[in-house]
Amino acid sequence: MLALLLSFIIGGVFILLIGKDPFVVYAMFFSQTMGSWYGIGQVLFKATPLIFTGLSAAISFRAGLFNIGAEGQLIIGSFLVAMVGCTFSSLPSFLLIPCALLAGALGGALWGAIPGFLKAKFGAHEVINTIMMNFVAAGVISYLVTNVYSVPATVHTPQITASAELLRLDVFASAFHGSPVNVSLFIALAACGGVYYLLWRTRFGYELRAIGLNPIAAEYGGISIARRTVLTLALAGALAGLVGGNFVLGYKHYYELGFSEGIGFIGIAVALLARNHPIGIVLASIFFGILEYGSLTINTMVPKELSNILQAIVILFMITLTKFLSRWTTHLQECIVQDSNV
Amino acid sequence: MMFSINMQHISKRFGNLRANDGVNFSVQQGEIHALVGENGAGKSTLMNILYGIHQPDEGSILLNENLVKLETPARAISFGIGMVHQHFMLIPSLTVTENIILGNELTSMLGFINSSEAERTIEQLSDRYRLPVNPRARVESLSVGQQQRVELLKLLYRNAEILILDEPTPVLTPQEVEELFHTLNNFKSMGKTVILITHKLSEVMAISNSVTVMRRGKVVTRVDTVSTSQIELARLMVGHDVEFRTVKTSPPSSMPVLVVEGVSAQSDRHLPAVRNLSLSIAGGEILGIAAIEGNGQSELIQVITGLRKPTAGKVVIKGQEYLSSRHHPPVSHIPEDRGKQGLVLDFTISENLILGRHQEKNFSGLFRLFNEKVESNAKQLIQVYDIRPPTKHLRVRNLSGGNQQKVIIARELSKNAPVIVANHPTRGLDIWAIEFVHSSLLRERTNGKAILLVSSDLEELLKLSDRIAVMYEGEIVTIVEAKNTTERELGIYMTGAVKRGA
Repeated sequence: MLALLLSFIIGGVFILLIGKDPFVVYAMFFSQTMGSWYGIGQVLFKATPLIFTGLSAAISFRAGLFNIGAEGQLIIGSFLVAMVGCTFSSLPSFLLIPCALLAGALGGALWGAIPGFLKAKFGAHEVINTIMMNFVAAGVISYLVTNVYSVPATVHTPQITASAELLRLDVFASAFHGSPVNVSLFIALAACGGVYYLLWRTRFGYELRAIGLNPIAAEYGGISIARRTVLTLALAGALAGLVGGNFVLGYKHYYELGFSEGIGFIGIAVALLARNHPIGIVLASIFFGILEYGSLTINTMVPKELSNILQAIVILFMITLTKFLSRWTTHLQECIVQDSNV
Repeated sequence: MMFSINMQHISKRFGNLRANDGVNFSVQQGEIHALVGENGAGKSTLMNILYGIHQPDEGSILLNENLVKLETPARAISFGIGMVHQHFMLIPSLTVTENIILGNELTSMLGFINSSEAERTIEQLSDRYRLPVNPRARVESLSVGQQQRVELLKLLYRNAEILILDEPTPVLTPQEVEELFHTLNNFKSMGKTVILITHKLSEVMAISNSVTVMRRGKVVTRVDTVSTSQIELARLMVGHDVEFRTVKTSPPSSMPVLVVEGVSAQSDRHLPAVRNLSLSIAGGEILGIAAIEGNGQSELIQVITGLRKPTAGKVVIKGQEYLSSRHHPPVSHIPEDRGKQGLVLDFTISENLILGRHQEKNFSGLFRLFNEKVESNAKQLIQVYDIRPPTKHLRVRNLSGGNQQKVIIARELSKNAPVIVANHPTRGLDIWAIEFVHSSLLRERTNGKAILLVSSDLEELLKLSDRIAVMYEGEIVTIVEAKNTTERELGIYMTGAVKRGA
């Protein structure tokens, strides 16, 4: 809360500098995001892909890996989602949608597994490799979309067949009318539950966390780090690949170049803010969703650059202050434990 | 009486813990003073206050009768106080000279380091105090004993008059310990003051003029060494009588349980570390391994525990060979470094108690982890091994060293494997915890386990082992009956001075 307040104050100074009234701008910001069901729907729509990429980053962090490749993984995954969606038009919904999502997950998984394999086999650092894989993904898909699959004069693939579309939530709750929030939000929440279960209720999750916290002790405990590395990055990639469900199946109904705008990278911030906990990731994603959609709404009053600055300041403050606070609380805990030992 | 150091009524709290409670500590100029006490008795806190790392909450420090404030180590150094830490503060890839002058470089006007001048000074110092070392050698190429000399030279180079040594001997061979003591006596005769923090009472008796005993943050007594005894000091340290002898029952059975045949292995740097080594341990037998750090004992252990692939030879446990198989050999392993190798410090006690056993059918299926079983296992082991505090969900990081070691021992021994490998199992533990480890190992010996014990503490090896094998440069130089040998004899073999058959 303190972090928010501070960053809004600093943001206010910037707004004053360009000659606008910060209170008017902030009033707009909040009323547009949280003041209506439409706004909330927009925020949730923005939050959905961040849950996936946040989980992707978090699961890697938990294993001591820094996956910067979610961007590339989600590009590959989303493209495959769109291709399956428009190719197998004869399949019924209940088969086609899972198939499309599965294709997306597999594509992302492959894109994650490659740097995982390079790390496990040759010790090549995953940070460099996942970044490189981002470039490769962007290049390959950009080529395919513009030269092979695009609808002429556009930068997107053909429409997916209607049976592959995910329902928007306004079908169930008319209050959301007009906002693109769709069923993939529930898929994202299910993924959170899945990751939680995986990390704390399965053998693999136990091993993954052991490796992340102390790889040497994990190895002494008979855990093969190489295999777990590949599997973890593949899983992280699969989660990122599922982003396609939201944008492709739930919103535009085609794959469009450049749709992501860095969702993969924001996922890293989401995971950091959430301290790699699935429940925290939902909250952090909604928070980032508010920031994103909120900056869109105030674009009519202040330049886009300023709303970007605001976003960045909030993120900086939140992450620094939560770090600070968490260190402080663990310190307190340790003092208490010491006391009880004496 | 003239005290070179006089610390009066020093108190220091950490949270609610009284690390030092009204401590009076004084040392005369030109004496060797021993500071003894169990882990957590407050010795390190007191010395860190003297070295300017911590500030006391109460009390005053007088150096040569003058009241001083030691806000930082730099300030303490300027008063002639120097400290050699337990873990050396040297940079391995730099030379001896570079390490010694670090932070205190003589520079020309343009900022270039005048190293030939520094080298000359260091040579003079090493002559005067008889601390032979080549100033141009890289520190990584030096033995532990030589590295310690570099640390001492570092203090002398800074004109230290008061030298604090924090547990200097566990890493040394008996011969090196003798040399160190010789050096300390030299310092004394040149009027320098030495404070020796130690666990080992035999050393206190051998070298010190006076001794301060601490227990639970307070000074129990300060006496002249000549007027006390090892037994009395031990009693003062612990607070009651200590049984030093351990009774070994039941002779080993003759059946070999662990057989190592012609094993060779390489170190991490791909140098030969173990050379064509064979040994066998019977059920109910403890085989000790005595060796100076870096003579292949770590690599040998890694081969036996399945962590390192040998380049030749085989390991046979109860008649079954464990090299080609992908399965981990049935070995309970108490590793050298608790925090790094034995535990995931940020895991809970429960989680640590299944590390390495988590694949057993009891604890997990192909996919799922059976949390109820994990918890009940923890509950049981915490009780049996008296792990404190008995809180399953506490992170192991928050336990004391002794209790951390108990977690490892509980986990490894409950595997019920026929072979136990214990690598420095009591390093850094206090008397209570050491007793616990020793009795655990002896109990497993009675249960017919084959136990391999590696330790740099020769006293420990002599006390626990049936036989002791001395390793030098990857080979076993000799195997002796523990009851027929002495620390001195082992030390001679450990330095490679006598080869087998010579």
